[in-house]
Amino acid sequence: MAAALHFHNVTLGYDRHPAVHHLNGEVAAGALVAVIGPNGAGKSTLLRGIVGIVRPLDGSIHLGGLDSRDIAYLPQSAEIDRSFPISVFDFVGTGLWRDAGLFGGIGKAAREKILRAIASVGLNGFENRPIGTLSGGQMQRILFARVLLQNARLIVLDEPFNAIDSKTTADLLALVKHWHGEGRTVLAALHDMEMVRNHFTETLVLARGPVAWGPTAEVLTPENLMVAMRMCEAFDDSAAACAADDIGSRAA
Amino acid sequence: MVYDALIGPFTEFEFMRRALAAVIALSLAGAPIGVFLMLRRMSLVGDAMAHAILPGAAVGFLLSGLNLFAMTAGGLIAGFAVAILAGLVARSTGLKEDASLATFYLASLALGVTIVSINGTNIDLLHVLFGNILAMDDQTLLVVAFNATVTLLVLAVIYRPLVIESVDPLFLRTVSRAGGPAHLAFLALVVINLVNGFQALGTLLAVGLMILPAGIARFWSRDLTVMICIAVVAAALSGYAGLVLSFQTRVPSGPAIILVATVLYIVSVLFGRVGGLVRQMFPGRHLEA
Repeated sequence: MAAALHFHNVTLGYDRHPAVHHLNGEVAAGALVAVIGPNGAGKSTLLRGIVGIVRPLDGSIHLGGLDSRDIAYLPQSAEIDRSFPISVFDFVGTGLWRDAGLFGGIGKAAREKILRAIASVGLNGFENRPIGTLSGGQMQRILFARVLLQNARLIVLDEPFNAIDSKTTADLLALVKHWHGEGRTVLAALHDMEMVRNHFTETLVLARGPVAWGPTAEVLTPENLMVAMRMCEAFDDSAAACAADDIGSRAA
Repeated sequence: MVYDALIGPFTEFEFMRRALAAVIALSLAGAPIGVFLMLRRMSLVGDAMAHAILPGAAVGFLLSGLNLFAMTAGGLIAGFAVAILAGLVARSTGLKEDASLATFYLASLALGVTIVSINGTNIDLLHVLFGNILAMDDQTLLVVAFNATVTLLVLAVIYRPLVIESVDPLFLRTVSRAGGPAHLAFLALVVINLVNGFQALGTLLAVGLMILPAGIARFWSRDLTVMICIAVVAAALSGYAGLVLSFQTRVPSGPAIILVATVLYIVSVLFGRVGGLVRQMFPGRHLEA
């Protein structure tokens, strides 16, 4: 199957400090990939690099023929200003940006789509609620509803199951598996190892660089997890320029 | 009696009618900008921008005297320069916008004071500082109306990205590149409305007719559209009542308008439906769902 994503010696970071160092590899179209690693391992930065929010410091990411219209991104809910006075309907409706753009109207068909998306995450009747009145789990559900509306071939989820109850997790995980079943490519940054083991076919273990990448059963070993756990969070202003380009890839 | 006090000044005197038209135009354009300033946590940015345009207006005053176009052009140039430079530095370096703006507006202020000092003229800048809406002529009114129209048109164009960027900036960056231009256009609108406001209220109080109505609206609704409508009505009401107060009591017009808005703000803090103090103290029985 053709690859949806190619990483060519990618280094991503901020202000010359790498958060993900020298990643090589590819994600096949239709894959269901878990990205795991301790806090600060670079998971969110990698996902932001894929969706174009963070530019590589080095190397490149190729989207395998996908353009930005084919990518849906679910940010961590902490990135969202929930005090902003916007209703659930309008917030989910932003998922239609690519159809509506700056001036496009939200007609009857679009309204139906939005209502269906809200209903499919179990939030019927919440359309007019301000997002600031939602619980953490409800907020996560409407983020999923927005991804649904985007109808993208590549779906990138940044810690989508954080701090939500088991019922919500099960409902949203079913959606993720449904997307996978439809042939969409899904990458998700996760912390729940049991979930990864049971539901994700492929895993990338990150610790500021790739520790291991492959079928989950082979990658999710105590040894790899121990290596990832030992990762030290380094942010040294006096660090020397990286010489790893001479060493080549460290990818799995 | 009531008619004489509340309506009479406007039927009798042309300068009061012009002032009322101006304050309504300022309200229609400035109040929505104020709502976005508040929701984007940029209320004090508006205040800083008001300081940033002061030297530009002063230089215009120095070069051409009390000439509306020179002062407006000076204010716009200084304001745009500061807004755009601060915005660009913030977006390209990761420096917080307020820190970036503080640097540029202080530089702008210092530059303005230096220019004035070197000229060595003793200038009466009271007009620039505090405005005089009652002295507004037809030409000035047309400029104020034109700026308000431009503001509403541009705001309509950038409304959607502005809302999405306010609530979920990362999402907008994945679906569109409109966020950056929309933000810069918004800063430009802030400058236009501050310059617009200083004809009536002066540079120091111009931001008042933007921020206070937004603060008032915040206590009455959780819906953005409704908030904008309330802010416009609150601004226009403050303008009208301030003009009447000024006419009847000789309180200067600019401060009178802002003082009325302040009273409305205090009433909203006390009795507002959304987070008002009285509502918090006496919330009534809790609901079933």
